[in-house]
Amino acid sequence: MVESTQTAERPAEARPSLAQRTLRNPLVWPVLALLALVVVNVAVNPSFLAIRIQDGHLYGSLVDIARNGAPVLLVALGMTLVIATRGIDLSVGAVVAISGAIACVYIAGASDEGAVSTAIVAGSMALGAAILLGLWNGFLVSVLGIQPIIATLVLMTAGRGLAMLVTDGQITTVSNGTFRSIGAGFVATVPIAVVVALALFGLTAWLTRRTALGMLIEAVGINPEASRLAGVRSRTIIWTVYVFAAFCAGIAGLMIAANTSAADANNAGLWIELDAILAVVIGGTSLAGGRFSLTGTLVGALFIQTLATTIPTIGIPAEANYLFKAVAVIAVCLLQSPQARAALTVRFPSARQEGVA
Amino acid sequence: MSTQDATLAAAADQPTITPVVEMRDIELGFPGVKALDGVSLRLLPGEVHALMGENGAGKSTLIKALTGVYGIDAGTILVGGTEHRFAGPAESQAAGISTVYQEVNLCTNLTVAENMLLGREPRRLGGIDFKAMNRHAGEVLDRLGLDVDPRSTLGEHPIAVQQLVAIARAVDAEARVLILDEPTSSLDADEVRVLFTLMRTLRDRGVAILFVSHFLEQVFEISDRMTVLRNGRFVAEHRTADITQLQLVQEMIGRELEVLERLDRQPAADAADAGRPSVLKVVGLGRDHSLEATDLEVFEGEVIGIAGLLGSGRTELARLLFGADGADAGEVEVGRRRGRLRSPRQAIDAGIAFSSEDRRAEGVIGDLTVAENMILVMQATRGWFRPIPQRTRDALVRKYIEALDIRPADPNALMRNLSGGNQQKVLLARWLLTEPQLLILDEPTRGIDVGAKAQIQQLVARLASEGMSVVFISAELEEVVRLADRVVVMRDRRKIAETVNTDLQVSDVLRVIAGEDEPERLATATAAQEARHG
Amino acid sequence: MSAATLDPTSLGSRLRGYRPPDRFLPVIATTALFVGMFGLGAVRYEGFASPQVIANLFVDNAFLVVLAVGMTFVILTGGIDLSVGSVVALSTMVAASTLQAGWPPVLTVLAVLATGTVIGLGHGVVIHYLGIQPFIATLAGMFLARGLCYLISVESIPIRNATFSDFASATITLPGGIYVTWTAVIALACVAVAAWVLHRTRFGRSVYAVGGNEASAMLMGLRAARVKVGVYVISGFCASLAGLLFSLYMLSGYSLHAVGMELDAIAAVVIGGTLLTGGRGLVVGSLLGVLALGAIQTFISFDGTLSSWWTKIAIGVLLLVFVMMQRFFTRRSA
Repeated sequence: MVESTQTAERPAEARPSLAQRTLRNPLVWPVLALLALVVVNVAVNPSFLAIRIQDGHLYGSLVDIARNGAPVLLVALGMTLVIATRGIDLSVGAVVAISGAIACVYIAGASDEGAVSTAIVAGSMALGAAILLGLWNGFLVSVLGIQPIIATLVLMTAGRGLAMLVTDGQITTVSNGTFRSIGAGFVATVPIAVVVALALFGLTAWLTRRTALGMLIEAVGINPEASRLAGVRSRTIIWTVYVFAAFCAGIAGLMIAANTSAADANNAGLWIELDAILAVVIGGTSLAGGRFSLTGTLVGALFIQTLATTIPTIGIPAEANYLFKAVAVIAVCLLQSPQARAALTVRFPSARQEGVA
Repeated sequence: MSTQDATLAAAADQPTITPVVEMRDIELGFPGVKALDGVSLRLLPGEVHALMGENGAGKSTLIKALTGVYGIDAGTILVGGTEHRFAGPAESQAAGISTVYQEVNLCTNLTVAENMLLGREPRRLGGIDFKAMNRHAGEVLDRLGLDVDPRSTLGEHPIAVQQLVAIARAVDAEARVLILDEPTSSLDADEVRVLFTLMRTLRDRGVAILFVSHFLEQVFEISDRMTVLRNGRFVAEHRTADITQLQLVQEMIGRELEVLERLDRQPAADAADAGRPSVLKVVGLGRDHSLEATDLEVFEGEVIGIAGLLGSGRTELARLLFGADGADAGEVEVGRRRGRLRSPRQAIDAGIAFSSEDRRAEGVIGDLTVAENMILVMQATRGWFRPIPQRTRDALVRKYIEALDIRPADPNALMRNLSGGNQQKVLLARWLLTEPQLLILDEPTRGIDVGAKAQIQQLVARLASEGMSVVFISAELEEVVRLADRVVVMRDRRKIAETVNTDLQVSDVLRVIAGEDEPERLATATAAQEARHG
Repeated sequence: MSAATLDPTSLGSRLRGYRPPDRFLPVIATTALFVGMFGLGAVRYEGFASPQVIANLFVDNAFLVVLAVGMTFVILTGGIDLSVGSVVALSTMVAASTLQAGWPPVLTVLAVLATGTVIGLGHGVVIHYLGIQPFIATLAGMFLARGLCYLISVESIPIRNATFSDFASATITLPGGIYVTWTAVIALACVAVAAWVLHRTRFGRSVYAVGGNEASAMLMGLRAARVKVGVYVISGFCASLAGLLFSLYMLSGYSLHAVGMELDAIAAVVIGGTLLTGGRGLVVGSLLGVLALGAIQTFISFDGTLSSWWTKIAIGVLLLVFVMMQRFFTRRSA
């Protein structure tokens, strides 16, 4: 093996211009796509950007997008870390349903249904259950070494059944002001759901970037064997991210149930795992693991929610949302795929793969 | 090129025969690496031609260039006198080139017969005729003297049998050229004999066989001619009868022509005699199929050089010392700790550091920055919730970038954009940050440029003089002899000699490795020297 | 050198020492599961063990059998196809809308089958040539097919074509007074053809080879591209065929048909003993997997006191058991 000695020198010599560096930033495309959506909305509906205060609460399309997008953002946060370790968690939708079901069933059965303490106990029980489910997923993946997609498929299938078991197949409605405020309430004019989602986003960003967690997660995702030889306890790290993903899904479940003050085991969080994976991928985190971008995930989640809002606004039936999502997935994947890029730039992509024998 | 022409001319004593395969001045690069640089190879019909070279010399790459797995950047490939460029293994197979690759490239989930005939299955009434297929496979296996049920699943058989089935597949394809890349590494002596008989039969039928093996005895037993590669370059072409094992080893390992700065290093007197404390002691350390029971003791502040060819057990020993692979036998004593190391983490906690020979797969974390790569081990041992403070981290990284002369001197450069030598320095810094008692370096200078190589050698010498113990593994004997206080020679997965390095010459070690000298003679030779010096 | 030459001393000792090859073990386990479940049902509920109940398993799950057959091909190569549920829905929509528009039934059938096949081809090309993971590529296909349904119509479209409804209600009476529908016959024919293709053709063996070790298959000179694109085409075709059977079963086209059916298909394949990492499995196993899922439903409907969600929980538990078993197998052979 003979090294070419030039590669190392090059970056120092030719410093790319600001424009080049901006274009190279992985966040450029998702941000541009999001902006394009906003422009379309403003063109159709000039008051799209308007935010007004009514009864001491913020109102407007942007506020709606932020509030409705909060659960997907939460789930996508956990999913980002799971995907960074080369994993995937298909069970988050089921965890959403279980979490909402446990909270509502507890509140409905409590002696003092409207009390603050009831809401707190209900929330804690739901999150506790979510963490247990995360421990279960993490155990299958990190200890038993089962492929993540299969390991979490088990809970994806059984989870909704468990949620229905909890609610006894009924849509359980509750009346508890404290609980309701998690999904529909406001604090200092801002929807609580948005505050919670952003707080968890901030906490995750802090945990991964201010401690060494983010770097170790990335190391495990990029090169598991090198990480093992460097003494990284990858089993603990992988286990932790599945617990975290389930915890995030648990909060999202509370939020969705609180918004309607009801637990619908069949439909709560249905396909939210796919939206979350989509948000992560649009945000520029590769499904192959490694480098992740929480900001990218935030942009991706906002993009998905804005898309869902835009389509009825411009007069297309809401159901066509699926078509646009499909186009978004394909476009993002093609932009990320080295083969696709090579095929676009060179007519005949070289079949050679990296790696010297 | 002149040496090449000369050797080619010297060997061209059969001028009337057209080579069945001729590769001329092949160049082939991967991103950041030139894997083949002007390599030539001529295969004559009816010969066994050995392709020789150390790890990374380019043997496997050359084979894959010939069979179309890789496309070449420059050069010509002639098969049967006409120029060919195969777009893939299917095409080279159609042109009569059958290959058995280094790793068994069969499908363990299919039956033996299916593996032998995949893609060429006999058909009847539109479907595969399994009866005919099994019968045919059985006949071929019988002819090769293999007692294997063609209907059994391949995965049920040991690797050696799978290897022989792969060879049976290649033989059955009625090839003009048969390429065998390390076919004997998993075979026992009897199986090797079966294979060699088969190879001779095929050769006598006019098949050209390209044979790659790191077992020198086997190469000398079976081959007619050989081509030697080193670092992706052509070294020489010989008739096997014209060269000794010693010469061959010299050509494979090579001598660096550049004058390295003299190392200010006095080989320490025997560390054990000097009463220095022991850092690591292993007794009977071994693992099935990779290392026979081995004893080794490392004392404070000494460099132990491990010499041996590829496959001699040198890397296996290092991995067992670090707990990268689990040992099945033996005991490890490190500090106050006794018992086997079960994971790299345990070894790290015991003060051991290990830089793997496979930088790309087992060291570099390409998408992280230089700084992150450097602090990885230190951070892993601290735990994720105790990040290294930004200021400490910056200072440490800057210190090592300067001390090891890492270029570009940018802590935020992505690791994958660095050259091999600089990547190696970053990996060394990763371990030095943990201040280990024992540093195990497996081929730290392979595939890196001369300047970086000298710097790494000097660093090792300095670390040892500061009290660190180093286990230094290299295929380049000059390096080992220059640096080591004690030299351990490995062959056939075991330690065959160990001696204190007082005025040891490369040629002494070479002879032991090449099997020309009894290992005891090395010890007695050095004992005599010691007596003289003492 | 091991294996092969057993000492032929006595037939008895050989029979006693007989162990089925490893590759049949998962299917044997699935069969045992199915038989065990049925036995338990027969003991507990009157009328459970009637031949008609078994026949109904085929009738009610014909579309799922076809879907599982296509999925088996994909999973054997180590891939996955998430789009099949949506393609079923799209197929029912195409069938219902073209019939409503007055197309002759033959043309409708061809249009439906072409739709699925083209979608499958698209998956294969994107996965193999552009190197996009099967999970994401078929996820996009899933959204795409579901979106196309809504483009055709948001409302459910009934199928009133006489040929279709006649065919749907036509039955074949077997000896013993048991009747089955033609859809069940088509599903079984599909299994038979798939088994023949997988075990008796070069393409079929290449599917196993690619799933076992793609790099090896390539180095052995197999055309991996043809196999990898081919299995997605087959899966797309099977999904549209399943969609046809489903539209016969429901006699309507609706965008919300077959939501989540891809999970049932994957579960059936896994429970049928096919390794999700590829290279191992039998199409008969997938058939048994579907029957096992159907038996759970029958069990629960016979019981009357068990709620419907126990189906999902039971499927999850079965998945877990089989995934664990697979893990054990792969670890042992690794």
